[in-house]
Amino acid sequence: MGSVSFLSVTLTLLEGFLTTFLIFAVTLVAAIPLGLVVTFGSASKIKPISLVVRCFVWVIRGTPLLLQILVLVYGPGLVFGQQFYENSVGVMIAFIINYACYFSEIYRGGIESISRGQYEAGHVLGMTKGQVFFKVVLLQVVKHIIPPMGNEIITLVKDTSLVRIVGALMFLGTQHKEILGKSFEYVSVNALIWPLFYSGAFYLLFCGALTLLFGYIEKKLDYYKN
Amino acid sequence: MAVLEVKNITKNFGRVEVLKGIDFSLEKGEALSIIGSSGSGKTTLLRCLNFLETPENGEIYVDGECVFDAKTDKKLNAKELRNRQLNFGLVFQNFNLFPQYTVLDNVCLAPKLLAKNRPDFRANKKAIFAEIEENAREIIERVGMTSRIDMYPCQLSGGQQQRVAIARALALNPKILCFDEPTSALDPELTGEVLKVIRSLKDGDCTMVIVTHEMNFAKEVSDKIIFMDEGVIAEQGPPEIFDNPKTERLKAFLTAFGQ
Repeated sequence: MGSVSFLSVTLTLLEGFLTTFLIFAVTLVAAIPLGLVVTFGSASKIKPISLVVRCFVWVIRGTPLLLQILVLVYGPGLVFGQQFYENSVGVMIAFIINYACYFSEIYRGGIESISRGQYEAGHVLGMTKGQVFFKVVLLQVVKHIIPPMGNEIITLVKDTSLVRIVGALMFLGTQHKEILGKSFEYVSVNALIWPLFYSGAFYLLFCGALTLLFGYIEKKLDYYKN
Repeated sequence: MAVLEVKNITKNFGRVEVLKGIDFSLEKGEALSIIGSSGSGKTTLLRCLNFLETPENGEIYVDGECVFDAKTDKKLNAKELRNRQLNFGLVFQNFNLFPQYTVLDNVCLAPKLLAKNRPDFRANKKAIFAEIEENAREIIERVGMTSRIDMYPCQLSGGQQQRVAIARALALNPKILCFDEPTSALDPELTGEVLKVIRSLKDGDCTMVIVTHEMNFAKEVSDKIIFMDEGVIAEQGPPEIFDNPKTERLKAFLTAFGQ
């Protein structure tokens, strides 16, 4: 064993920090615009689109990120017996989708806080819907959502620690298929996939109840506008 | 020929009939004031002219050309709709300036965006933008806001904001400029400066439709008065109707206003 010095500890931590920063940066760069797409999707006038997107956001917001990482990293291996992408890709997809959904809800709140008069003013000045959004509304939305976005982004930094779970749970990998042989399927379906889904359902139920509660409070407070 | 002709406009909100068949016309350079108590449909009528509401029935003509026909226009494409609505400008009761832009940028924004549709935009972008800015500066001068041209709306008083809003509407050179209670959100001492600007536009040959509660101003500046009551035009005519109202309803309304 090499000697553990302050320097070596610092270097190890810095190495870890690099991973953290990478996940952080990639997630932000991808989830910030993707969140806007999700916002537009859930506000779509085409009912099936908005329904599917809202449902998706509800599931993502209603289950733990940890579970989503596990499903994306190990899911394909367990279900199809082979992995289509690197573990790190699965982790990144999970982070990006998760944060895009949270961001989309923040955007929605920000967009709804802009007074109708701003849209109407743009409209009567002959602007297109896109121009009204990007030239008039967007910057005002940005100003409104900075505090909640700050919260969410700080949470993201801390959530990167969840990535450790992928390393710790290596035993779930497909490489064990050979060792386990026929029983691999039995183990994966009964001991892993169903428990994952079932625990997910519990979280979803709990969060679903909270979502309804907050929706109710939001509606209750809708009787006045500022 | 009338610059604006409105025929049989009706508008419902759910089961409530807000406009029950409105007809009027306006000559070029005329100012029309629409008066009436709250809920009589004045603002809705103005919003219909500016395509912020879609009437259930009726037609609107500008310079003899049909810009709205309820029978056929419900599914007009967005671009055509924008072109038609640019015949009108609208000044809102609560200004609705864009808070993140300076006075100059508030006035320039829409003309600059519209200029992108010009075929020579790419080649002459700089010249076009310079021309738009110069025009904007002139208009801002007309409303007396040159000294505050680089300020943001939050740094201005209500009256100043409304003057900028008027400049913003003028910058697109609408054939008909509409005002939706332009002084209702202002302190009494600030209404004067806004009314002065509107008066000066009248001298400049601008065709205007003004929804207002300022009876003295309406009487002084208008060529024509429309009194609305419960979704219909209860009485219309020259400003003299203030002194000789024919209908009981207008009489009662004017009495309530202390005229």
